[in-house]
Amino acid sequence: MMEQGHRWAGIVTCSEGGQQQVRRGGEEHATTSQTKASNLTEKGEKLKDEMDALIDEIDAVLEENAEEFVKNYVQRGGQ
Amino acid sequence: MAAPRIVGSETEYGLTVQNDPDFDSIATSLLLVNSYSSVQSLRLLWDYDQEDPLVDARGFELDEEYDVPDQQDNMAINKVLPNGARFYVDHAHPEFSTPECSNVFDLLRYEKAGERILNLSRMSANQHLPSGRTILVYKNNSDQKGNSYGYHENYLMDRRTPFQTIAEQLMPFLVTRQIFCGAGKVGAENGTDPVPYQISQRADFFETEIGLDTMVKRPIINTRDEPHANRDRFRRLHVIVGDANMSEYTTYLKVGTTLVVLQMIEDGALALNLTLDNPVQALRAISHDPTCKITVALKDGRKMTAIDIQRCFHEAACRYLERHGPCHPTFPQIVAEWGSVLERLATDPMQLHREIDWVMKLHLLLHYMERRGSDWDDPRIAMMDLQYHDIRPEKGLYYVLERSGGARRLLTEADIQRAIDDPPEDTRAYFRGQCLKKFRQQVFGVNWDSISFNLGDGPIKRIMMEDPTRGTKQHVQELLDRSQTAAELIANLVS
Repeated sequence: MMEQGHRWAGIVTCSEGGQQQVRRGGEEHATTSQTKASNLTEKGEKLKDEMDALIDEIDAVLEENAEEFVKNYVQRGGQ
Repeated sequence: MAAPRIVGSETEYGLTVQNDPDFDSIATSLLLVNSYSSVQSLRLLWDYDQEDPLVDARGFELDEEYDVPDQQDNMAINKVLPNGARFYVDHAHPEFSTPECSNVFDLLRYEKAGERILNLSRMSANQHLPSGRTILVYKNNSDQKGNSYGYHENYLMDRRTPFQTIAEQLMPFLVTRQIFCGAGKVGAENGTDPVPYQISQRADFFETEIGLDTMVKRPIINTRDEPHANRDRFRRLHVIVGDANMSEYTTYLKVGTTLVVLQMIEDGALALNLTLDNPVQALRAISHDPTCKITVALKDGRKMTAIDIQRCFHEAACRYLERHGPCHPTFPQIVAEWGSVLERLATDPMQLHREIDWVMKLHLLLHYMERRGSDWDDPRIAMMDLQYHDIRPEKGLYYVLERSGGARRLLTEADIQRAIDDPPEDTRAYFRGQCLKKFRQQVFGVNWDSISFNLGDGPIKRIMMEDPTRGTKQHVQELLDRSQTAAELIANLVS
């Protein structure tokens, strides 16, 4: 039972993460809207960079000769 | 009151050999299952005496030949692992069946352990191949050329629940749950209408509503009545309509919500009037619409979206938990996550790009096409669709996502490692796994509901395990501790 509670932590932590963000927002109520906008832009830039890095990594690991590879992937039917 | 719910999954993996277009899939599968290191010396039989795959839950038995392999083939095809799982060759695919699990988290960690075990076997098997050739393994359900291979869930149920009731109540749930548990697929197959992308890998392959087949004319409700347990008390519901998932969260929600719905059915607490006019057509139509906005027709003339239908089940589950308490410690969170996912699907499915496989894959493909200026016809898109399911941690695109923080996880690697090594402690899999660890030289044969020993002299001794909830650590640890040999175990059991 203890273990199950522990494993639930994964999910609970995730939703708490969201609440923490809201709380942080509350603490920063003095922040000017200008800073907020620039934070948003920063966050947007960061997400874009992360996606660029991810796409580059996909190109690095993707099988070569994609067309041939996919054509040759033939399975016998199963259940 | 409902029977204690025991759950397990079976995954048939796809495979190929790089630089060997003429590879033999049966020989390669055999090599794979015989390459898992810790079982190399374990030679034992799968006990086919206990199997009835041709008995139909609707009350009749099919009169067909069922081939049982001879002893040598049997030992080569079947491996039973110390964690209680079965790793074997099914037709032309390697297949991994989890041990019996008492809750969705155990199911999840054993299914993930299966991926790791396949990869360990793959690396070991590759050493036997000529240089330049590599076995690759995929946890998906289609080769994109009209061939499908399965992912089956098994739920232990009370025999007293009429099969007809299960079939009627479960049908609309199974047809619509794909919106949060599809694995995603580029294109369409099996003569269905062309689409660039669809929600489910398997939906195109289902052709009838109900039946015994699993390989042709696949039915949404499978009637195989092979309980692998006491036939008078239990049935094993064999759900064949699901996709194999890479995402931990998706597997959790797929199996978790099904457990909740079955609990309600068994308790007589579900009487939704949601009979679909044409379930086969609805399954495909829902899969072919990643916006989740298409409506399907009900028998009573109403038209509803898959989200609306799922909301009816979800509301019933909320009411059920209010009335009956949590029922199982995992249920309140399953129902909460289920509700939250349905809301996000209704607002914008793309919000689930870290949780739900079909959205994760679609999100990745859309960004790739945007960055590389390509479209659905780009062969790299078809390659990504396949490679998302590659089980190699360094190459599989799901694992690339996981490493970059793009996949919501529920397990730690330590959870998975424990599931590779040890059986679950609270089902009969514990007894099976511990016997394999402690008396491995004397185990003669295994099936889900039996284990037999060769003591050297006299007949083979078979121990029946007809109740999947018995044989737990609590039940058998003391017995195992005071039995130093299999002969002592048998003696202690009968005394």
